[in-house]
Amino acid sequence: MIGFWAVCKRELKAYFTTPVAYVFLVVFLFFAGYLPFELGDFYIRRQADLSAFFRYLPALLAVLVPCVAMRLWAAERRSGSIELLLTLPITVRHAVLGKFVAAWAFLGIALLLTLPMPLTVAYLGEPDLGPMLCGYAGAFLMAGGFLAVGCFFSALSRSQVISFVLAVVVCGILVYAGMPTTQGFLTGSLGAGVAGVVESFSMQSHFASIQRGVIALGDVIYFLAVICGWLAACWVVLDERRAA
Amino acid sequence: MVVVERLRRAFGPILAVNDVSFAAEKGEVLGILGPNGAGKSTAMKMLTCFLPPDAGTASICGHDVRRTPIQARRSLGYVAENAPLYSEMTVAGFLKFICDVRRIGPKRRREAIDNVVETCSLGPVYHQTIETLSKGYQRRVALGQALIHDPPVLILDEPTDGLDPNQKHEVRKLIRTMSRDKCILISTHILEEVEAVCSRVIILDGGAVRADATPQKLKDDHGGDLTQVFRKITAGHTS
Repeated sequence: MIGFWAVCKRELKAYFTTPVAYVFLVVFLFFAGYLPFELGDFYIRRQADLSAFFRYLPALLAVLVPCVAMRLWAAERRSGSIELLLTLPITVRHAVLGKFVAAWAFLGIALLLTLPMPLTVAYLGEPDLGPMLCGYAGAFLMAGGFLAVGCFFSALSRSQVISFVLAVVVCGILVYAGMPTTQGFLTGSLGAGVAGVVESFSMQSHFASIQRGVIALGDVIYFLAVICGWLAACWVVLDERRAA
Repeated sequence: MVVVERLRRAFGPILAVNDVSFAAEKGEVLGILGPNGAGKSTAMKMLTCFLPPDAGTASICGHDVRRTPIQARRSLGYVAENAPLYSEMTVAGFLKFICDVRRIGPKRRREAIDNVVETCSLGPVYHQTIETLSKGYQRRVALGQALIHDPPVLILDEPTDGLDPNQKHEVRKLIRTMSRDKCILISTHILEEVEAVCSRVIILDGGAVRADATPQKLKDDHGGDLTQVFRKITAGHTS
């Protein structure tokens, strides 16, 4: 576990010693504030809740989380430092987990910095705290899921651009598979059964379920399965193709 | 201290290392010599557990690189080809990270870092970001991280490549000083380096061992200087 903490600490520091963290935070916080107010009709709805904020979060995270993830392994491959890291007394599993936890903690910080949103809602009305807290928990789990996808594609290529594009495509599919328009199309063309199966694999539907204020075990298991599955795939790729 | 037994590694149809066996003991500086593409770096990557061998095995201080890779890595210090580092870190931050990974606790840390800073002359750049350092200093930082836990085995892949003559002299002097109580493996294609520091030489070509002897014995057996010996041994196999 010592190697895990060392990698985790180094990675988290690395975000803040390069412009990556600051650029990400500025862009994320801008859109996290802009979208609910401008497109989400935050004032027009006259409801003291965060549903306008959470509505746009999956799509926003699907694009921005791969930005955080793309450098994790692709940059190591590009610079050759992967050879330094994986010849230190540390297992590939600990290195994968260390990097993932550091990036997840960074995304947690980014989500915490959106606290002015719930504070604004609390100032304007009397919101129900349960759905807000559940929404944040769901957003953190969803960010972890997207991050695990990004980790996998980052391990696959030494090009950060390729890693980013592939991760955005997969994250986009995981979001849009559960959108009402996609579900309507699938139900009409392939039947309700297939649409239901596709929906069960969608981050959007599991996040929407948590956001309503109930953290169901099935939803938590879904997100943990997504995280563990993609991280395991990342581990296998690094183990098999570490010199690629 | 280092035992290599019938190591083999292929990349698709290319056989990079083919049935390589040798051993090296404490006090030895073993030069692994060969033309570009001879399999030197691949052999070193397998010894440092970065690449798994297709067949055969190796052990570092009795730790098998396939069965107990973490223990094997604890016993060695490695400077990879081109000395990759985390360029956004400062030298101080980087050495502390290596101490964290290598379990050098707070009590021993100050002493370990002071030792490598002095040995590798890193004092003037200690608080500088690695990406702003000259190539010579970056090599020294890489050497510093390999020495920080005072390993019994050192594996250096082309340690003086790209250095100016003064820096080469310093690195070779350092290797000679350390060779008394360590087993050092150096991969190189620079023949003057072999003459300067190596007590024994292995010549690899086409992934296989073509010669294993002291530099003097090689010269005696084949006649001429090391360049001529190298040409004689490798010319016939170079593809």
